[in-house]
Amino acid sequence: MAYSSGRMLLSQSDGPVSRFRAWVFIVVPLLAILFQVYVPLFFPFLGFLEMPLMVVVYLSLTQRSQVGGILTGALIGLAQDSLSKNPLGMFGICKTLVGYFAASVGVHFNVDNTFVRLFLSFLFYFFHQTLYWVMQRMLLAQQPPFDYQSWLLFGALNAVVGVFLFHFLDKLRAAV
Amino acid sequence: MESFVNRYRNLTILLLVIFAQFLLLAVQVKNDQDVRIIRVWTVTAVTPFARVVELLRGGSVGFFRNYILLHDEDAENRRLRQQVGQLKLENVFLKNELNTAERAKALGVFQARTPSKTLAATVIGTGAGSNAKVVYVDAGSARGVERGMAVVTPDGIVGKVIAAYPTASEILLATDADFAAGVISQDGGVRGTLKGQGTPFLKVDYVPIQEKVQVGQWFYTSGDDRIFPRGFPVGVVRAVRDAQPFKEILVDPVGLQRGLEDVLIITQGVHQDIPPTPVGDQPVYIAPPPPDESKPASPAAAGAPPPITEADKLRLEYQASGEAQGHKFGSGESGPPDFTGITTTLPQKPALPQKPAPAAAVPADADPKPATGATTRTTDSTRHSNQANGEPAGSTKR
Repeated sequence: MAYSSGRMLLSQSDGPVSRFRAWVFIVVPLLAILFQVYVPLFFPFLGFLEMPLMVVVYLSLTQRSQVGGILTGALIGLAQDSLSKNPLGMFGICKTLVGYFAASVGVHFNVDNTFVRLFLSFLFYFFHQTLYWVMQRMLLAQQPPFDYQSWLLFGALNAVVGVFLFHFLDKLRAAV
Repeated sequence: MESFVNRYRNLTILLLVIFAQFLLLAVQVKNDQDVRIIRVWTVTAVTPFARVVELLRGGSVGFFRNYILLHDEDAENRRLRQQVGQLKLENVFLKNELNTAERAKALGVFQARTPSKTLAATVIGTGAGSNAKVVYVDAGSARGVERGMAVVTPDGIVGKVIAAYPTASEILLATDADFAAGVISQDGGVRGTLKGQGTPFLKVDYVPIQEKVQVGQWFYTSGDDRIFPRGFPVGVVRAVRDAQPFKEILVDPVGLQRGLEDVLIITQGVHQDIPPTPVGDQPVYIAPPPPDESKPASPAAAGAPPPITEADKLRLEYQASGEAQGHKFGSGESGPPDFTGITTTLPQKPALPQKPAPAAAVPADADPKPATGATTRTTDSTRHSNQANGEPAGSTKR
């Protein structure tokens, strides 16, 4: 949060690498998935939140490892698939690509800035929804509507929530 | 390879993970034809290779067969051409057989329908002269054919027998210049003499110019010539001209229109009525609709006796006459009853020929010669006089 705007666009490869404790990689995604599964049951208006996606984006950005991002996205996506009615792999593929690209961005850019996080959260949410829509049409032969207006709105809301979530998750990492 | 993988390690892992999840998806998802996508992908991926392999194999085999082993192709071609020729001949033969069977069936139907006794014969040859309109048929005097008998087909008259040999007969066609027969128009108002002209058309002569004859009118045999029984179709009027002293009427013979292969020789002619409508325009009988099962049958209809024919009436009348004379039918004890007192007239004109008693038991296709077995030769005049008296043409009465 203390970075200047000039530092914001610099490569982060020379900077400090964030490390999480092992339990964070298990508990945080699990909580995000449980949130996605149970909270909308009691609070339907919170159904737009994509907490697993936000967690994938955060972990991939901060790990600065593309392989780590791939594995994180694949595992969380498959876990989310296993709890949904969709075939296994739909969320897995989307979140795998999101993790890979988020990690790629995290390697080259400083992503600790709030606005960067806000923008990236919004961008990856839109990318995730678009990719999911394409796969629904191509692989499942479904005809879902291309509701980009809702995606824009929910993307903005998720980005806002994501910024606060990232701020909370920052407390869990320890500088190495 | 190893350096390539190391250089693009992240991208390789991404592709592997994505590919693995695609496989996972493909195993679960079915397409709109209920086939798993993994199968679709596998077949789609394998088929082009299989096609290429098959193309190479087929090309190699085809090349080997077409260029290396080509020396037998010419002989096989000749053999196949010969086989095709034989099959074509067999096809033509079978078609002819089928046509023959259909004609025979038509003749059989006509034989069963007409009251005259007829004998089926097949044309086996034509006359030697270029102008002679004669043909030979395979039925001769051994089968009861006699000179002067009429020859017809189901369509109409054909000609008459001018010579009967033991195994064949010579028939003078109606188109011959020497042919003549008595004809009558359909409405019965115009009588004339049909004459051949040596052309496809026949001429109706001796029709006064005041008679009304129209094109399209039908002519039938009148029975006046003692050769053709009354009521056989002759032809349709194609042209009518007024001339002196008689009309010139040209008739298209219907009996010769469909070729001449099978004919019927009338061995015992029975006169018939002139049909009210042309042959090709006969009314079609349509059965009454089935009774309505929901309505009960009328009591009058339930108790009514079954309808009887004219023959039944005759039989009952003769039976009553015999029983009145005390005759017991079938016993053979008493002599024959006297039926001379019965004065029954048949409803149709002219009357059916009164067949002699022995001939009544003869089947329709039996030899029409007298049952007495006498070796008498029937002359034309004798037979004609018999026909005039209502006797069958095959019976002999001097």
